[in-house]
Amino acid sequence: MIKLRYEIEGGNFNRAGHASSEVKKVLKQLNIDQRLIKKIVVALYEAEVNIVAHATKGTMEIYISADKVDMILQDVGPGIPDVEEAMKEGFSTASQKVREMGFGAGMGLSNIKRNTDALTIDTEVGKGTTLKMTKYFANVE
Amino acid sequence: MSSNEIFYHSLVIDNDKCIRCTHCVKECPTEAIRIVNGKVIIREERCVDCGECMRVCPQKAIFVEHDDLEMLKEYPYRVVLFPSVFLGQFPEWVTEDKIYASLLDIGFTHAYEVEQPIEILKNQIRKEIKANQSGYPLMSSFCPAIVRLIRIKYPSLSPYIIKVKAPQDLVANYVLKIFAEQGIDPSEVGIFYVTPCAAKITAVKSPLGEEQSIITGVINSKQLFNKVMSVADKVRPTDSTSLRKELTKEGIQWSLTHGETWWQTSKTIAVDGIHNTMKILERLENEDLPDIDFLELRACDRSCAGGILLSQNRFLTVERLKNRAKRYPSSEKKAQADNENKFADLEGKMQIEEIQPRPMLRYGSDMSMAIDRMEKARNIMCHLPGIDCGACGAPTCQALAEDMANHQAKMSDCIFIQQLWQNDGKISPVRAFERMEKKWGEGRFDPDCTKKGAKNEGF
Repeated sequence: MIKLRYEIEGGNFNRAGHASSEVKKVLKQLNIDQRLIKKIVVALYEAEVNIVAHATKGTMEIYISADKVDMILQDVGPGIPDVEEAMKEGFSTASQKVREMGFGAGMGLSNIKRNTDALTIDTEVGKGTTLKMTKYFANVE
Repeated sequence: MSSNEIFYHSLVIDNDKCIRCTHCVKECPTEAIRIVNGKVIIREERCVDCGECMRVCPQKAIFVEHDDLEMLKEYPYRVVLFPSVFLGQFPEWVTEDKIYASLLDIGFTHAYEVEQPIEILKNQIRKEIKANQSGYPLMSSFCPAIVRLIRIKYPSLSPYIIKVKAPQDLVANYVLKIFAEQGIDPSEVGIFYVTPCAAKITAVKSPLGEEQSIITGVINSKQLFNKVMSVADKVRPTDSTSLRKELTKEGIQWSLTHGETWWQTSKTIAVDGIHNTMKILERLENEDLPDIDFLELRACDRSCAGGILLSQNRFLTVERLKNRAKRYPSSEKKAQADNENKFADLEGKMQIEEIQPRPMLRYGSDMSMAIDRMEKARNIMCHLPGIDCGACGAPTCQALAEDMANHQAKMSDCIFIQQLWQNDGKISPVRAFERMEKKWGEGRFDPDCTKKGAKNEGF
């Protein structure tokens, strides 16, 4: 198994997307199907930017095995008060400032769900959020 | 994608001149170069012919394979096609007329600038941008090093390379047509293209997206620059206006940075330098670029003015060409004045096939094996020092670890590990030295006072 771990700094938009991009480079080296890489990276990017935009700090952990990739994104942050609401298309709590920078246009969580095979959200208001997602390599389409 | 594709590369290493200094190993943007058994080797499947290795070589031990001017003798009609940047290299006293006259004096019967049929190229690029529904911006096919880079490093982006021929192929078709109209047998016409870089030699000798180039031979700009300089003060300049009557502002500046974008109304960006280009392609792959219709991507800084086979200062070349362009009409004005499309029959000859990706696979094509090997490489990395000294013959510690995981290198290739092993009594100093000598070649450790910076440099 290949393990990767990245620290994500809340509020540091200079590096937003950096960790996802690093994961992409590793997946490319493993000759994983381009369509799968795209889905994985879209999901990771959304999750990474969520941490940058909302949380104070977080981590991205990636576990690549022969049949799947497991991804855990854990943050210390505001938490999500209503997960069901947050899963809806276009839902966003991003501040005006964040939106002006081109981030937080909504679709985050629903986009993550669409691009992965399993998603669990563990969240506590005022404490933080943990996203666990899995993408199976057999599910190309 | 064919696995038994033959790799042609124009860059060659002269192992007699090479002192194995590792400059090229470290500079190569695709990490294609290694030192093995006292010799520099280029991993052909990774090389994109950008020529960065040649640029950085302090020994001038890397050269390009080009055709000999002797080849001219075989043809009754000898056409030289040269890019505007070639002309942009000459000092002011070598006027356009003098350059044209010198080329004829050297032995060519006809001289044309490459960037003449640029109007149809412009129109085709515009057309393709308009028709593009892919959601991705289109990328220029102009720079052969970048096209090859995309194929191997960004394979998912290769469908978005515009499928049009390079200016040199278009002008070669145009020239053949002129000869055909005069009833001249094409087999009597030798078309020689003056290249500003190594990648364009490869593009002619081993083209992508077409079967064969119609160009007969490729001439190194440096060689021809010398020839022209040595006759330029003796030749009598003749009026060469008729030879460049199709030249426009756009044509003259085509191979400079922004040459394919400044006249466009679409949203474009122009990127030069191979590392800058890689950063943009990385973002494009992540779908992390704003709305852009077209990307001009060139491997060299200042595009072709910084071509590896141009010896003069790139900034001065750009300045000269910009000034020169002021004296020429825009392609639109020219087309209006001509009132006919002289290049109309080239339109059917513009298209190339879609560029097929050929991904550079670090750990082979089998995914589960690749995972095993990457794991192994990552374990090896725990032990390597991470200072990327290059003394193992690989560009970085990580590249060495990859090579080891692929059974192409050994732990003992690392001088730090060797030192550690000696300290731990695992290997004798004699054995350690033997290994170093095998890696770097016999005599590599003998003093050499003629090398650059040493007391007898140049003697």
